[in-house]
Amino acid sequence: MTGAWSLLRLALRRDRVMLPLIVLGFAGTAALSAGATVGLYPTEASRVAAAHALNATSALIALYGRIYDPRSIAAIAMLKLSGFGTALVGLVAAILTVRHSRTEEESGRLELIGAAAVGRLAPLGSALALAGIASLAVGVCTAAGLIAAGLPAAGSIAFGLSWTGAGVVFAGLGAVAAQLSTSARTAGGLAASAVGVAYVLRAVGDARSAAGVGWESWASPIGWAQQVRPYAGERWWVLGLMAAATVVLAGAALALAARRDLGAGLLPDRTGPASASPRLAGPIGLLWRLERGGLIAWTVACAGAGAAFGGVASGVGGLLTSAQSRRFIDRLGGAHGLIDAFLVTELGFMGLIAAAYGIQATLRLRGEETGGRAEPVLAGAVGRVRWAGGGLGLALLGSAALLLASGVAAAAARLIEGASGREAASVIAGALVQLPAIAVMTGLAIALFGLLPQRVGVAWAALAAVLVLGEIGRVLGLPGWVVGLSPFAHVPRIPGGSFQPGPVAALLAVAAALSAVGLAGVRRRDLT
Amino acid sequence: MGADSAISISGLVKTFGATRALDGLDLEVAAGEVHGFLGPNGSGKSTTIRVLLGLLRAGAGRVELLGGDPWRDAIALHRRLAYVPGDVALWPELSGGEVIDLLGRLRGRIDAKRRDELLRMFDLDPTRRSRTYSKGNRQKVALIAALASDSELLILDEPTSGLDPLMEERFRECVDRERDSGRTVLLSSHILAEVEALCDRVTIIRAGRTVESGSLSELRRLTRTSITAELASPAPDLAGLPGVHDLRTEGARVHCDVDTAQLEGFLVVLARAGVRSLVSRPPTLEELFLRHYGDGEAAG
Repeated sequence: MTGAWSLLRLALRRDRVMLPLIVLGFAGTAALSAGATVGLYPTEASRVAAAHALNATSALIALYGRIYDPRSIAAIAMLKLSGFGTALVGLVAAILTVRHSRTEEESGRLELIGAAAVGRLAPLGSALALAGIASLAVGVCTAAGLIAAGLPAAGSIAFGLSWTGAGVVFAGLGAVAAQLSTSARTAGGLAASAVGVAYVLRAVGDARSAAGVGWESWASPIGWAQQVRPYAGERWWVLGLMAAATVVLAGAALALAARRDLGAGLLPDRTGPASASPRLAGPIGLLWRLERGGLIAWTVACAGAGAAFGGVASGVGGLLTSAQSRRFIDRLGGAHGLIDAFLVTELGFMGLIAAAYGIQATLRLRGEETGGRAEPVLAGAVGRVRWAGGGLGLALLGSAALLLASGVAAAAARLIEGASGREAASVIAGALVQLPAIAVMTGLAIALFGLLPQRVGVAWAALAAVLVLGEIGRVLGLPGWVVGLSPFAHVPRIPGGSFQPGPVAALLAVAAALSAVGLAGVRRRDLT
Repeated sequence: MGADSAISISGLVKTFGATRALDGLDLEVAAGEVHGFLGPNGSGKSTTIRVLLGLLRAGAGRVELLGGDPWRDAIALHRRLAYVPGDVALWPELSGGEVIDLLGRLRGRIDAKRRDELLRMFDLDPTRRSRTYSKGNRQKVALIAALASDSELLILDEPTSGLDPLMEERFRECVDRERDSGRTVLLSSHILAEVEALCDRVTIIRAGRTVESGSLSELRRLTRTSITAELASPAPDLAGLPGVHDLRTEGARVHCDVDTAQLEGFLVVLARAGVRSLVSRPPTLEELFLRHYGDGEAAG
C-alpha cells in the first residue's frame, strides 16, 4: 500500500469539482424532497391511509419498497429515495472506483505510477478509499440536510448511513468488476448490472410475500439499506452487515489485484473479426458501431422502467388521500386525472434519461477528438460536418429509440392493467413529444463542442439544472420565467393535456439553431 | 495541380494563444521524392502535418498540397493521401483488421491483396482487439492501412518510433517500394539513420522555422569535413587558411575540421607539403542535426 496516500490525494485533486457536486446533489435532493412531501399529508390519518394504500399495491412495493411505519411522515417522504436514491449512490460509488482503478490502468497512466515507489495494491486501495470518502460525505451531508428539513434526528442519521453503506458495498463490487475485465467500459457495465440486479432482487423480495421481507431482499445491498428502516424503529445492526460485506468484497478485489499482472483481467479477452463488415465503412458506421452496445443496454433499461411505471399507474389513485389533495385531484379530473398526471411525470423523467443518453452520445465526438481518434477519421475523405452531424443525428435517433421503448412498454403494461387502446396510444405519444426538448439539449451539447470545446461539461450542468427546475422549481416558488428556461417545461402534457404545436415548433427552432451554430463551429475551428 | 510539387509551404505561421508554434516555416516536397522532415521535440513538425491535413487552419502564409488548399479542399485531397500519426490511438473495442479496413474505406478503397501481404510482412494478428495491442502493434495497424492504400502521397509522422529493428527494416523496404512506384513520401523522423537511408532530400526545422533544406549532399557541403593527415614534412602554417577549425598539429600529424566549401584550397596546401596518409570523414547527419539544434543562435 506504499504510495496509496499520494494516489488518494491525486484522485481527490482530479475530482475536486465533481465530488462536492455529487455530495451536494444527493444531500440537496433528499432535503428538498423531504420538505416537499411533508405538506402533502397533514394529518396522521391521511398518512396511515396513504401508507396502507401503498403497502397494498404490490406493483408500487416492487417499484419503491415498503413503508414500515404508516404513522411516520418521514418514512413516507423518504420512500422513493430509499430505493432509487440508494441505487444511484451505489452506481456513483462503483463508477468512481472503476474510474480510479481500471480506467487508469487501461489508459496506461498506471504504468507510469506502477514504476514509481508505489505498492501493487496502492492504486486499487486509493480508489476504494476515494469511493469510501465520497460515500461517507454523501451520508453525513444527507443526514444533516434531512435533520435541517425537520425530520427526526435518529432516522435521518440512519438514512444517511444507509446511503453510505450502499455506497461502500457497491464500491467493493466495482473494485471486483475492475479486476475481472481489462476494459473500464466492461467493468463499469458489470458494476451497473450489479446495481440493477440488486434492485430487481429487492423488488421481488419485497413484493413476493404479503407481510414480511423475502430472502431476495436480504441478498441485495439496496434491500439492506431499506432494512435499516430509518424512521421506523432503526435497525442499526444492518449497517454492520453492510460493513462486513464491504470488507469481504474489498478484500477479494485486493486479493485478485495482488495475483494478476498489470493490464490483465480474469475474464479472457475475446478476439474480433479479421476484417470489417461492409457496414463499418464511413464515420457514421463507425460511430454507430461504438454506440451500439451501450444503446441496447439503455433501451432495455428504459423499456423496463416504462413497464414498471405503466404497470403501477392504476394504483396511484389511493396514494393521496387527504381532503386537500382529493380536491386538487378532482380539479384535475378525478382519479383519471391523477393517473394521467402520474404518467406525465414519469414520462418527463424518461425524457430526462433520454436527454442524458443524447448528451452522452453527442459528447462522444469530443471524446474521440481528445482521445486522438478523430484525427485518423478526419484525415480520410470525411467532411467535418458529416462526421459531427452524423454523431448528432445518431444521438437523436438513439434518444428517440429510448423514448419509444419506454412508451411502448408503458402502453403495453397499461393495456394489461385494463386501459383502453386509446389511453395506451396516448402514453406512446406522451413519450415521443419529449424529443423536441431533448433536441434542444443535444443542440446545446453540439454548440459547446463547436464553439467552446473545453467547456462541453456545461451540457451536463444544464441537464442538472433542468432536473432541479423541473423537480423542485415550483416547490421553491421560482418565478415562471425561470422554470420556463427548461425546455422540458414546454413539452405538451400528454396523456391528459392537449398538443399545442406552438411551443413544440419553438423548441424545434431553438434546437435547429443551436445545432446549426455548433456544426458551423466544428467546421471553422482547429481540432486538438 | 502543380506538376512537380506535392507540398509547397511558404511563410507558414500558426499560433496557439500566446505561443507561436510555427513562425514562418517553408517546406517544398517535389512529387515522387522521399522527403525527410527533421526537428527536435516541439519544433512544430506535427503542427505542420496537422495543417497539411486540414485539421488546423493556417494563421498566415501559403500552403499548397497536391495543388489544392488543405483547409478548403480537405475531402478531395484526403482521397489522394494516406497518413500515419506519431501517436496512434485506436478504438479499443475494434479488432486490428477492422480498423485497417475502416481507415482504408474512410480514404476511398483498400487493396485487399496488398493488405494481406502487409499483414504477413509486419507479422500482425488482425483478430486481436486494439485494446490489447502494444504501441508498436498500433503503429503497424496505421502503417498497413496507409501502405495498402493507393494514395499519391504518404504523410508519415515518426512512423517507426515503436517498431523493433526487424520491423523497421521491413518499413524501409516498403518505403523504397513506394518510391519506386512513383509515390511521394513526407517522412518526419528522429531516426537519422533511417532518414539517411531513405530520403532524397531533407528539411530541418527548429522553433517553427526552416533552418536548412536540400539534398543530403548539399547540406553536407554547408558543414565541415573532418580531416586527419600525416605529412612528409612538418606541417605548414594551416591556421591562416580560410575555413579551417579546431586545428591540432603534432609534428607531421594534422587534425582539423574544414568547411566543406573550402576543402579544395586546403587540400592544395596539404599536397604541397607531401601527404603520406589522409583520412577524410564527411559529416554525419547527426552532426548536421546537432549543429542546428545545439546552439541557440544558429537558427537563421
